[in-house]
Amino acid sequence: MSTAQTGGDGDGRAVPAAGGPGADLDALASLADPLRRALYDYVAAQDHEVSRNEAAEAVGAQRQLAAFHLDRLVAAGLLAEERRKLSGRQGPGSGRPAKVYRRAERQRTVQLPPRDYEAAAHLLAEAVERAGADAALHAAAREAGERRGAAAARERGGAGPASAAELLAALAAMGYEPADGSAAGAVRLRNCPFHTLAGAYPPLACGMNLALLEGLVAGLGAEGVRPRLDPAPGRCCVVLSKNNED
Amino acid sequence: MTAHHLAQLNLVELRAPLESPEYAGFVALLDPINTLADRSPGFVWRLRAEDGADATSLRPFGPDVLVNLTVWETREALWDFTYRSGHLDALRRRREWFSPMARPSQVMWWTPAGTLPTVAEAARRLALLTEHGPGPDAFTFKDDVPAPGTPAAGLPG
Repeated sequence: MSTAQTGGDGDGRAVPAAGGPGADLDALASLADPLRRALYDYVAAQDHEVSRNEAAEAVGAQRQLAAFHLDRLVAAGLLAEERRKLSGRQGPGSGRPAKVYRRAERQRTVQLPPRDYEAAAHLLAEAVERAGADAALHAAAREAGERRGAAAARERGGAGPASAAELLAALAAMGYEPADGSAAGAVRLRNCPFHTLAGAYPPLACGMNLALLEGLVAGLGAEGVRPRLDPAPGRCCVVLSKNNED
Repeated sequence: MTAHHLAQLNLVELRAPLESPEYAGFVALLDPINTLADRSPGFVWRLRAEDGADATSLRPFGPDVLVNLTVWETREALWDFTYRSGHLDALRRRREWFSPMARPSQVMWWTPAGTLPTVAEAARRLALLTEHGPGPDAFTFKDDVPAPGTPAAGLPG
């Protein structure tokens, strides 16, 4: 492991970074435009591919203007586009595929001055792997999660168990992008904050992640919620299920 | 369909007899996980003892070494079963039962579809990896070795 995997596709293959920190900084700079930022935030938050019309409506912009900025975001590598025949259209012209957008897989990282904690994380993971020290990592992760949860509980100030909204806020603050599935009895996490590590060291990173979330739930005082591994392609390996759903 | 399938050999070293209490949790997972593998998309074959549901009674690599030898249609099929299914939770607990082995304990290689690997072949592939490092004839998940006759996987967009 000689480089940080800033572009890993999550299945263990090492993908070298292209362009370096300068390219990432340029990409992020294109978000300085408020409308472009709003469009990016909206598309990134959806669990489906977004059409130009939907994006324009969501941010209250004209369709042509939204399309211009969406394409600029694609050019910057922040969004990915596909052409798809949209359902529900009939009649002449309905057969022409329309552009739809989703967040690009590519990871962008900017740390100034330059830092590379991701390369360090991969090296440390390799060392834990070789030493077979999974239990020590799980214990450390659980304690770190408890501390974060306890800190969030202190900020809240109130006594008693954390509400579902507080749990979601804590998860969002850690980058998990929780999708509130209260109706389904489980909270799924749309993003893995440790994506490239989980691609290179799945048992280690997913075990660490589970322990971290177990700690968070305990520290926060979120009752009736149990994190468990339920991996599937395209999302975090952990789901938080209601205890009574088991 | 691809003309090649992916074979994988996986070894673990027992710290105590498989029948001892510390392996009860592991033994309890054997049937469910093997059944999960059998039903997984892209699963082709796994080594079993002639009279058994699994390969735990076979010890060709040493009296304390369990052998896992499987064939899958694609790398993705093996990856999804290994790391994106209920198997991951068993892997998360691996150090409860097995310590890292001092030598390479896992190897994969492409095998013509329709042929099944032998234990001797698997041993030869593991020796190749051990002696020469990863290459087209013996590699791991960390290496991007495409099936013979297919272009190398492109970088993700």
